[in-house]
Amino acid sequence: MINIYEVNETNNMIEHENLDVRTITLGISLMDCIDSDLDQVNEKVYEKITRVAKDLVATGEAIEKDFGIPIVNKRISVTPIALIGGSACRCPEDFVSLARTLDRAAKEVGVNFIGGYSALVSKGMTKADENLIRSIPQALAETERVCSSVNVGSTKTGLNMDGVKLMGQIVRETAEATKEADSLGCAKLVVFCNAPDDNPFMAGAFHGVTEADAVINVGVSGPGVVKVALEKVRGENFEVLCETIKKTAFKITRVGQLVAQEASSRMGIPFGIIDLSLAPTPAVGDSVAEILQEIGLERVGAPGTTAALALLNDQVKKGGVMASSYVGGLSGAFIPVSEDQGMIDAVNAGALTIEKLEAMTCVCSVGLDMIAVPGDTSASTIAGIIADEAAIGMVNQKTTAVRIIPVIGKGVGETVEFGGLLGYAPVMPVNSFSCEKFVSRGGRIPAPIHSFKN
Amino acid sequence: MKIIITVVGKDTVGIIARVCTYLAEKQVNILDISQTIVQGYFNMMMIADMSASPESFEELSGGLEQAGEEIGVKIKCQREEIFTKMHRI
Repeated sequence: MINIYEVNETNNMIEHENLDVRTITLGISLMDCIDSDLDQVNEKVYEKITRVAKDLVATGEAIEKDFGIPIVNKRISVTPIALIGGSACRCPEDFVSLARTLDRAAKEVGVNFIGGYSALVSKGMTKADENLIRSIPQALAETERVCSSVNVGSTKTGLNMDGVKLMGQIVRETAEATKEADSLGCAKLVVFCNAPDDNPFMAGAFHGVTEADAVINVGVSGPGVVKVALEKVRGENFEVLCETIKKTAFKITRVGQLVAQEASSRMGIPFGIIDLSLAPTPAVGDSVAEILQEIGLERVGAPGTTAALALLNDQVKKGGVMASSYVGGLSGAFIPVSEDQGMIDAVNAGALTIEKLEAMTCVCSVGLDMIAVPGDTSASTIAGIIADEAAIGMVNQKTTAVRIIPVIGKGVGETVEFGGLLGYAPVMPVNSFSCEKFVSRGGRIPAPIHSFKN
Repeated sequence: MKIIITVVGKDTVGIIARVCTYLAEKQVNILDISQTIVQGYFNMMMIADMSASPESFEELSGGLEQAGEEIGVKIKCQREEIFTKMHRI
């Protein structure tokens, strides 16, 4: 039988170490909403989302009460809208009407974000894909809860450099379109390479076409729990360090698995995957950077950071995999700058640069995340940053992403406030040498040789 | 259904009596009690079975929380699975 020490350990994690389930994300296929009439598509999309997700928030809250574990977010991901609107939408403005419908449906069912305003263009772009992409700035400016993502490459297809170049422009246009709110729109826009179909985390969540009609995916969290566990093994060798992370990750993930199974059985919707990511928040004690410091770095960004992060990411997976029947999504440690107090402090102290962050993304999920850069950063430079990150994903057969915010009207040293879980960020300097001629070549970068495994 | 009740607060006369009386009234059977003092604070954990109780989990949990407020301690009620999942393979 469970003893008092085990009960206290669990409750301490929840009450003092920020253990929570970060998100229950309900994936909904909208394939059956496709129609050639735009009004019909809008109507069907709204009806399906509000019908399938009507009990999502209430179910999440009931599970929170029963187990005494906070479930921070209840969210929805849908089939990439470029596919759903492809037949009905003739221009970018038509797609914006679908974004408004998603926003309205999200508000009706009470979720704080809905992901899937997306296009998958890893090899080429259809007219519908391009229209959706061109509509992103207006869609994100006019809606509150819609999140957008674009997949521009994969290990199997190589990189669609036309898509990369276009996304450089779109990120800038989105920043301009939302400049009154510190270019907040860019915080809801992710550019992927090797985007997973079952990611529950925003802003990059969408419900892939390989998925069932509806599915429950759960993202766990708990960097604070790992940090506190590591405080108890200070100075011990790597074996002890790794064992401690693994055991802690196991415990955290089991809670996620429990919540996922409960949500699945209560809503009558199949369980998809648990995403094992360590997801930080701006709260003190809920930081991936603090774990890296506890491992032995003075600040994140110091030499040794990439190795420490590689170790952390691997041990989290090893511990988590055994705790869950299905693991998927992004599964790794997130290193967003604005959402992690330790990262913000490292940038402010001059310890952490974009180049070091890029190196760190080679060994963890997911990529350059929530990074504020000067508002005068050019579209081609942003495209270059996206290309670099996508190349890392392509060659290493992993997901990488860029969520970068050129903050219009702000420069290096200034701070930008996004609010809530999105946090705040110091504007970071970007390498000022041009890559214009490189990103303007057009066409595709071929898939790497090791992708030909057949 | 098994539930875990935890009570944390300043030690005083009658905490266990109050909780047990409440549970008895609601037909909840106590399976195990353990108690310790952590940093000067009273800390108790009970494993109980509420299968025979006419109350719902939510009512019971709310009632215990209120009883706790009346005697100046924090009472938390959770379903057992969160602990067994985390601590047992």
